[in-house]
Amino acid sequence: MAVGMPENVFLTRLDAAANWARSNSLWPMPFATACCGIELMATASSRHDIARFGAEVMRFSPRQCDLLIVAGRVVMKMLPVLQRIWQQMPEPKWCISMGACACTGGVFDTYAVVQGVDRFIPVDMYVPGCPPRPEQLIAAVIDMQEKIKRTGTLTGKEFETRTTHMGPQPFDVDELRRMREMVPVEGLTIYDPPKLN
Amino acid sequence: MVEANTTVADLRTQFGNELTESSFRDNHRVHVPPEKALDVLTWLKEQRGFDMLVDITAVDYLEYPDATDRFHVIYLLLNMTTKERLIVKVPVNLPDAALPSVVPLWKGADWMEREVYDMFGIDFIGHPDLRRILMPEEFTTFPLRKDYPLKGFGERHNFPVLTRAES
Repeated sequence: MAVGMPENVFLTRLDAAANWARSNSLWPMPFATACCGIELMATASSRHDIARFGAEVMRFSPRQCDLLIVAGRVVMKMLPVLQRIWQQMPEPKWCISMGACACTGGVFDTYAVVQGVDRFIPVDMYVPGCPPRPEQLIAAVIDMQEKIKRTGTLTGKEFETRTTHMGPQPFDVDELRRMREMVPVEGLTIYDPPKLN
Repeated sequence: MVEANTTVADLRTQFGNELTESSFRDNHRVHVPPEKALDVLTWLKEQRGFDMLVDITAVDYLEYPDATDRFHVIYLLLNMTTKERLIVKVPVNLPDAALPSVVPLWKGADWMEREVYDMFGIDFIGHPDLRRILMPEEFTTFPLRKDYPLKGFGERHNFPVLTRAES
């Protein structure tokens, strides 16, 4: 103990103190589009009480949040909204992809549903389940706290080294047609939109 | 209460015998060639009191056994006074899949025709504002056509990727 230091003072790094504070007061941005949103509400309500982990302040404004919880499937029309919300959140920020649909598209393997939000925004934590139990979401929040304590810094610069992900893969239309055993119809001009009057 | 088949019989005397009818359980359906569709629907509304258009939808009969036409556009009509219902089916074929709009008859046809246009690419001539209603504006194809693959042509993944460094 250094000479002259009072008893109720301790030394730490500023990073560690900031990360400790951040990890224990996550403000989630609930991006709830489907039934996972109901479980998210259940997690926030009295029985499961996400307030025990300091993440109860759901703000419906991305400017005030630092944890994006994508709960539910995201379709083509919603993805630009999700990206805009992610960009509006101030640094440092994190993202939980909650449920099978947000992680992979789930059972909705159709033309309009994005097959995993991690193709288009960075995701820190994946929660499997359809929908996940509130306990699973709480476990993800606890893991997220660990991750923030381990990796977060004052400036968020360390995120630059964590930019790897695959992005959208090239898409073979003919492969889909073969999977569907579809015979192309000769001379059919179906993909020309009709002339609008 | 007016029987549906008497209406159909009147329709046939009025518009000729190429109008055929069919029924399933208590659904009465009348098949109308596209060039007579607007006249028939106008007549049904003004002379037979079918004042409510319940729905407009369409069916793609591609690769369907014994189908002679690519699409059927289906109008579900209801007479609010007699509670009589009638289904009008109009065949439509490519490349000029088009029908006259019924928005002048029933105001509620506006969004229904937009939905049929969005999903099947059937043009409704005379519609006041025919544009996509469900899919994004930049979408170029019609997803409920049977030759459109279930997983699409990759439109769902045609978006910019945000990374940690740039967001």
